[in-house]
Amino acid sequence: MSELNLLPLTGILVVVLGFAFRFNPLLVVTVAGLITGWAVDLNFAELLATFGEKFMNSRQLASFLLILPVIAILERYGLQNRAKNWIANIKGATTARILSVYFVVRESSAALGLLSLAGQAQTVRPLLAPMALGAAANAHGELPKEVKDMISAHSAACDNIAVFFGEDIFIAFGAVLLMDAFLKENGIAGIEPLHIGLWAIPTAIAALIVHLFRLARLEAKICNKIAELKSTSANYNKSIDSEETA
Amino acid sequence: MSAVSSNTQGAQPALLSIDNIYLLIGFVVLFLVVKTLQDKNHPKRLTTALFWMLFGNVFLFGDLSIALLGETITYQWVGVSVLLIAALAGLGLVSMGTYNMPKEDELERHSQSIGNKLFIPAVLIPIITVICTLFLGGLNIGGVFLFDQNHLTLASLTLACGGALLVAWKFTSGSPVQALGESRRLVDSIGWAAILPQMLAMLGGVFIVANTGTAIQDIVTLFISPDNRFMLVVLYCVGMALFTMIMGNAFAAFPVMTAGIAVPFLIHGHGASPAPLVAIGMYSGYCGTLMTPMAANFNIVPAALLDLKDKYQVIKVQIPTAIALLIVNIFLMYGVIFND
Repeated sequence: MSELNLLPLTGILVVVLGFAFRFNPLLVVTVAGLITGWAVDLNFAELLATFGEKFMNSRQLASFLLILPVIAILERYGLQNRAKNWIANIKGATTARILSVYFVVRESSAALGLLSLAGQAQTVRPLLAPMALGAAANAHGELPKEVKDMISAHSAACDNIAVFFGEDIFIAFGAVLLMDAFLKENGIAGIEPLHIGLWAIPTAIAALIVHLFRLARLEAKICNKIAELKSTSANYNKSIDSEETA
Repeated sequence: MSAVSSNTQGAQPALLSIDNIYLLIGFVVLFLVVKTLQDKNHPKRLTTALFWMLFGNVFLFGDLSIALLGETITYQWVGVSVLLIAALAGLGLVSMGTYNMPKEDELERHSQSIGNKLFIPAVLIPIITVICTLFLGGLNIGGVFLFDQNHLTLASLTLACGGALLVAWKFTSGSPVQALGESRRLVDSIGWAAILPQMLAMLGGVFIVANTGTAIQDIVTLFISPDNRFMLVVLYCVGMALFTMIMGNAFAAFPVMTAGIAVPFLIHGHGASPAPLVAIGMYSGYCGTLMTPMAANFNIVPAALLDLKDKYQVIKVQIPTAIALLIVNIFLMYGVIFND
């Protein structure tokens, strides 16, 4: 048995601490590289050349820059407005139905690389959460704060889950290119980003099924929560705060 | 199956070769630098321009420099650029500028008059990419290939972006040059995060040189028999999720866990097929992202934006889906990666 050498792991410790203390990630990653090199006795010139070589060899990661002009010009001519109107026109809206449609649209557009089409600040806060809350208020009247928070949190979760599990299907997304660069760097040849993107599809479908199933049960959960609050708390009306908009 | 590094020495000549694509990216970045310098109201005009110029230089002059000055000198100046890029970002000297985005009513008017055709150029990018990759990959005229044979997907993507840009021009009357200028808004809003994947790939490379993977491998073998396929898959998937929860970022966890567990034990040890392995492995990391306050911009910032009383409520709502998907990932990976 060779003895256990833990020095190469110092870089990981730096990354963990650096991220924990919220330093700029580029700085954290670079310092982790420097310290790892120092821990295993690479001389500085050699380490610098290693940095440069690895950075040069992973330049394909920047190819997403070529897509941005297309998205930018479409946004300049109202792409986001178009997407908003599309969602706003959903008929027969209930909270669960609005969130489900948003989930499907968000996941499939992420799979097409349209990541900046929506987001927590762009669509969830101004659009999705108010619509989901509005639908629930139509059905149940004024909502207590707890129920409002539950629906808002579900709106935020919808956006995160949909975009995470959609984006890796898109072959020019950073994660896919990172995996591709990693495999090439490790001497594993014959894999195209397209293969990696295709293998993201099963999990993407699983995410869709699992989350839509949970959303289908959300409507009943809202009813139960309201009934429970009504029965346990005599001052139900007190927990209903006035409509607030920022 | 010979191309291991992404250098293209000895590759067949191609119109959209990887070197030409890098040059193109270099020119795009250079254009953004000029636009940034012209933005008189930019709060960090010079340092932001310097940041992107250091980055763009690697694309514009990297290959030329290797040809003229040799690899060692080139890699060293690129290494110095990397340190400067990290320093500029670390000191907070890179920021958004000013952009004249049209008013809401003008955007609304455009979106009404153009209609759903606005979606077409965006949808065309993946469609053209897939068609070119699958059916037109080997296209060549007089021995010159259209697409780089070692980077088929990227070459196809480049062509697709060009095509989409022209279609967008037709529908919106916004020219490709205008589109390039507009893209500065998106690039700046991504900011330093645009370079993070490349930096992480670099760190992964340093870890390889430093044999970090071997150290993790040694630790793994202390606990798990390398013959137990199922436990190795569980370890890789759960490890990706946990490590991502600590780091707040699946990209950072990926090179470490994959070099430590997936490559030595699953790919070399059991002949696992790499594409599904890494794709599902990365998604296991994303399950971790859904469960950690370290991924603040996804999990904590929205709680603030939505004025939630419990700032962990978004995470709490996400946990059941995340755990269900982690279990799905483990069984899916176990089911598809082994070929024997």
